[in-house]
Amino acid sequence: MSDDLSIIETEARDAIAAAADPAALDAVRVGLLGKSGRVTALLKTLGTLDPETRKAFGASVNDLKAGLADAIEQRRAMLDAAALAARLEAERIDVTLPARPERRGSIHPISRTMEEMAAIFGAMGFAVADGPDVEEDWYNFGALNIPAHHPARAMMDTFYLKSAGRNRPMVLRTQTSPLQIRTMLSAEPPIRIIAPGRTYRSDHDATHSPMFHQCEGLVIDQGITLAHLKGCLIDFLRAYFERPDLKVRFRASYFPFTEPSMEVDIAWDRKSGEIGGGADWLEILGSGMVHPNVLANCGLDPRDFQGFAFGMGVERLTMLKHGIADLRPFFESDIRWLAHYGASPMAPVTLHEGDAR
Amino acid sequence: MKFTLGWLKTHLETDAPIERIAETLNAIGLEVEGIADRAAALAPFRIARVIEAVPHPNADRLRVCRVDTGSGEVSVVCGAPNARTGMTGVFASPGAFIPGTGITLKTGEIRGVASAGMLLSAREMGLGEDHAGIVELPEDAPVGAAYAAWAGLDDPVIEIGVTPNRGDAFAVRGVARDLAAAGLGTLKPWSAPKIVGDGPSVVVWRNDYPEACPWVLGRTVRGVTNGESPDWLKRLLTAIGLRPINALADITNFFTVDLGRPLHVFDANKVAGGALVLRRGAGETFRGLHGRDVTVESEDCVIADAAEVQSLAGIVGGEATGCDATTTDVFIECALFDRVRVALTGQRLGIHSDARQRFERGIDPALLPAGLDAATAMIVEICGGVPSEVSVAGAEPAWRRRAAMRFERLAGLGGADIEPERAIDILRRLGFGVAGRGSDSVTVDVPSWRNDIAVARSNYAYDPDIYFEGSLTGILDPAPDLDAGRVRTVREGASAIGAEIDLIEEVLRIDGLDRIAPVSLPGIPAVPRATLTLRQGRAVRVRRLLAARGMAECVTFSFLDRESAARFGATPEALALANPIAADLDQMRPTPLATLALAAAKNVARGFADPALFEIGPGFRDATPEGQDSIAAGLRVGETPLSWTSPARAVDIWDAKADVLAVLAELGVPMEALSVTADAPGHYHPGRSGTVRQGPKTVLGHFGTLHPALCAALDLPANSAGFEIMLDAIAEPKRRRKSAPSLPPFQPIRRDFAFVVDAGISAEALLRAARGADRALIAEAALFDRYAGNKLPGGQLSLAIAVTIQPREATLTDAEIEALSGKIVAAVAKATGATLRS
Repeated sequence: MSDDLSIIETEARDAIAAAADPAALDAVRVGLLGKSGRVTALLKTLGTLDPETRKAFGASVNDLKAGLADAIEQRRAMLDAAALAARLEAERIDVTLPARPERRGSIHPISRTMEEMAAIFGAMGFAVADGPDVEEDWYNFGALNIPAHHPARAMMDTFYLKSAGRNRPMVLRTQTSPLQIRTMLSAEPPIRIIAPGRTYRSDHDATHSPMFHQCEGLVIDQGITLAHLKGCLIDFLRAYFERPDLKVRFRASYFPFTEPSMEVDIAWDRKSGEIGGGADWLEILGSGMVHPNVLANCGLDPRDFQGFAFGMGVERLTMLKHGIADLRPFFESDIRWLAHYGASPMAPVTLHEGDAR
Repeated sequence: MKFTLGWLKTHLETDAPIERIAETLNAIGLEVEGIADRAAALAPFRIARVIEAVPHPNADRLRVCRVDTGSGEVSVVCGAPNARTGMTGVFASPGAFIPGTGITLKTGEIRGVASAGMLLSAREMGLGEDHAGIVELPEDAPVGAAYAAWAGLDDPVIEIGVTPNRGDAFAVRGVARDLAAAGLGTLKPWSAPKIVGDGPSVVVWRNDYPEACPWVLGRTVRGVTNGESPDWLKRLLTAIGLRPINALADITNFFTVDLGRPLHVFDANKVAGGALVLRRGAGETFRGLHGRDVTVESEDCVIADAAEVQSLAGIVGGEATGCDATTTDVFIECALFDRVRVALTGQRLGIHSDARQRFERGIDPALLPAGLDAATAMIVEICGGVPSEVSVAGAEPAWRRRAAMRFERLAGLGGADIEPERAIDILRRLGFGVAGRGSDSVTVDVPSWRNDIAVARSNYAYDPDIYFEGSLTGILDPAPDLDAGRVRTVREGASAIGAEIDLIEEVLRIDGLDRIAPVSLPGIPAVPRATLTLRQGRAVRVRRLLAARGMAECVTFSFLDRESAARFGATPEALALANPIAADLDQMRPTPLATLALAAAKNVARGFADPALFEIGPGFRDATPEGQDSIAAGLRVGETPLSWTSPARAVDIWDAKADVLAVLAELGVPMEALSVTADAPGHYHPGRSGTVRQGPKTVLGHFGTLHPALCAALDLPANSAGFEIMLDAIAEPKRRRKSAPSLPPFQPIRRDFAFVVDAGISAEALLRAARGADRALIAEAALFDRYAGNKLPGGQLSLAIAVTIQPREATLTDAEIEALSGKIVAAVAKATGATLRS
């Protein structure tokens, strides 16, 4: 009988090894271990044997059954692995094929710069003020101590609308300084604001655009001095250009709305265009202590309050920071230029997310 | 303003190098716009003598010259007709750069004869157009010496920008005074020689327009010879870009620049009637010295003789009475013209002149007698003649005034650490007279030439009322709604410290603004407040979102041509520019979509067919400060990007709608409260556009395919899809805490329904009805199929929706689900008349 068992085992193992796929293996399993399988049939014969023989033979048959079940499972695992390998091989693709296309958008460099300005001045306690592009003559000139016929008015190349307000034509603001006035009329000192926005002057050539952007700043409080003006602007310029040792020069100048007035230069290299390096100076913004007449026009007694104001060209600061040579493409919306100089919508601007890059 | 270093030194005793002078000018507010060192280009050129000139053996027109260069003898082949034995000229040796030809000289051989250098013409040296022959110098010119130095051409020309407040710096003497105050030397004393007139002037003044000219002086000089000016004068004028004309004209130009004292000379014999009258214009036309006809109006101040207008006061003289070589008797005009009238007349007529420039910015109202005498003396010296007594109309206007400064304010306003004595010294050197000195303040007399100090506003009229002393009128332009008491207080405040700040500015700019130690802004709380308002922050989020959705942000002009603007909305006349810079930039845009469409069309024309652009900027409704809206506009053109995974498709209204809804969702708009109506503005396709509303009144935006006619007109593809989002219309979200979310543990169930409806029924109505069937259990209803075709009766379509049912309390039984489905079908049927598709 043990010979029978060894024959059965040999035949069974051959059959298991020969099973080429899960279905064949299953057929082998049923033929051996199923209800009417050969091994099952042997187990059914146990009842007919004498106890002694039954004990020994039963143990052998059970060993055979367990061994074959194990062999079947191993064979099944092997077949599954082979099937999976074959499937994976069949599913192989060219991974260098392009992904589903997505368009990459961008933020205009002017917006980017204005956001950076807001971030840096924001860290110094400034808020952002905004206001209308179409202005009353008074906000753009009269309140700012620029009387009618003043040569400074002619300097500004103002655009006028055909409509008249308060008996004078409405103007497109030539600067964002009207926001100084609107802020002083609506808020009590202490005031710290910047006003980035669109401005207009009737000048159009390689270095002038009839529309451009300015960022005006205003600080009003008691005890604000010209030393603070210098400190604040130096702090800003060093942060904006990411040059902690940037040299900054202040030159006397004239603006009707400030006194004393100053133009501010930064060190740069005229040949390479590098900011901070070199022995040349580059004019970058105008500033000064707010003229007492401007304070008074807004109802503030200049004996009680004083402060400073400044204004800078957003395009100019953008061009300098990024080495952009030409002003005109800023407004031409050429998608190639926008993609090249535009900023990522995900790039952080706030100081806590990283530097202002 | 231009002047030479040598000219400056006639007023300033200094040995400072030009670099330091330039640096100081920049620091004190006289910005250097350029320094032209003409000597550098002329440095290689030396004076040389032609020892002998003989004809070239091989060329008729050439000569071979033996030239004594001062450091040896060389042979030079020269083609100039005037090259001859014994002459003195200017020589360049090999290696020298010749400015007139742009060539660096080499040793050469010309037709077989060696030539080691070149004799130069004026044009070759870059000194004019004269190329008739080589330059001939006097016999005594020192051979071997540098030509530029010998000819006085090594005097560098300095050009400065003068700010509108500094009329006094439009004079070489004014510049010298500032530099001396800044420690660069000593201002040389100057006074006009005293002229004793011989008899009354043959021409006299009469002033019928004193508002335009408070004071005018004049005198005749008889028996002059008006030839060429002496070399020194011609050289000075040429150096600063003025063309020498004749001695009399050149002398007036000299004093315009030297003292900032414009003068005019009339040929006395051409003045009809023996008198010149200052009066208003009356529509006459005269020929100006600038070679153009000038027509004057009644606001203009003119100078007329008995016959006609002869000069436009303070701007340009007339040709008819101008001085030329035949002039023997000259009448010198020395006047004080009103700044505003000169400015207005000059602007209206578009005439720019050195005189106008100075009158506009304000000249020294006390310098008239001395200026006239100085000019008279120079005329007599150069042209000869006998001066007459002075004819006067009007009188010197009141200009004397005082200003005081508290020393404490130098630190209190200027943040500067300056000793009182230093401050007083600076003011003294600027010409202020110390009238009183207290322990904490100083009072000074303001010099006559400083029209910018202690004036009630930027001094632009010679009106005694503008000075602080004695009057407060007109200094402010206060906000119209300030109350009278406030205005009185601030007026007092401004006039109390206005003059003081003028003095502080003088002290600080001369002491050096760079000497003030910068101080960072004080008193920032450890955590600054929010920098952006909610509205500003929203614009930032919209910008980031749209860029992240693949669109490129643009910044386009706020104005465009009226015809294109009109395609996008109303173009009221009030929003047209009165003085557009170009015809295609003459109307404020009704929406940024207008200029964006032009920008997209340009990209398409460049061959980039699929731009996706957006802009956040103003659209203009009316010409008031309140009449503009902040609009986020976007435009997608062409097709989606090419891909092997799925075919490219044309962009369409659904792209634009998705953009709008994404932005509104980002901004926290309650999306379930929105509705879409089919009434977008006329620039959209009327059947393929929508308006997004919150409630019946509030319009949050528009989207759709642009109108085909508009696309055709702008050369845009017809399927271009745009949107506009009215950022100002979006309400501020209510600041309240969110309730806890409902997160039931039961699996949601999806049931699909296909309805047949009339084609006029909107999908939104059907979805809304389905959602409303049971607000507690229905979480979502989404449209997943839309069919309109021949399997359905005409005028009907099939809309298939998937409804997500979210059990809240317990798993639903089949019967409950069945009942809910029935409710959904009934609700949809009731709202839309739809039936379940069988």
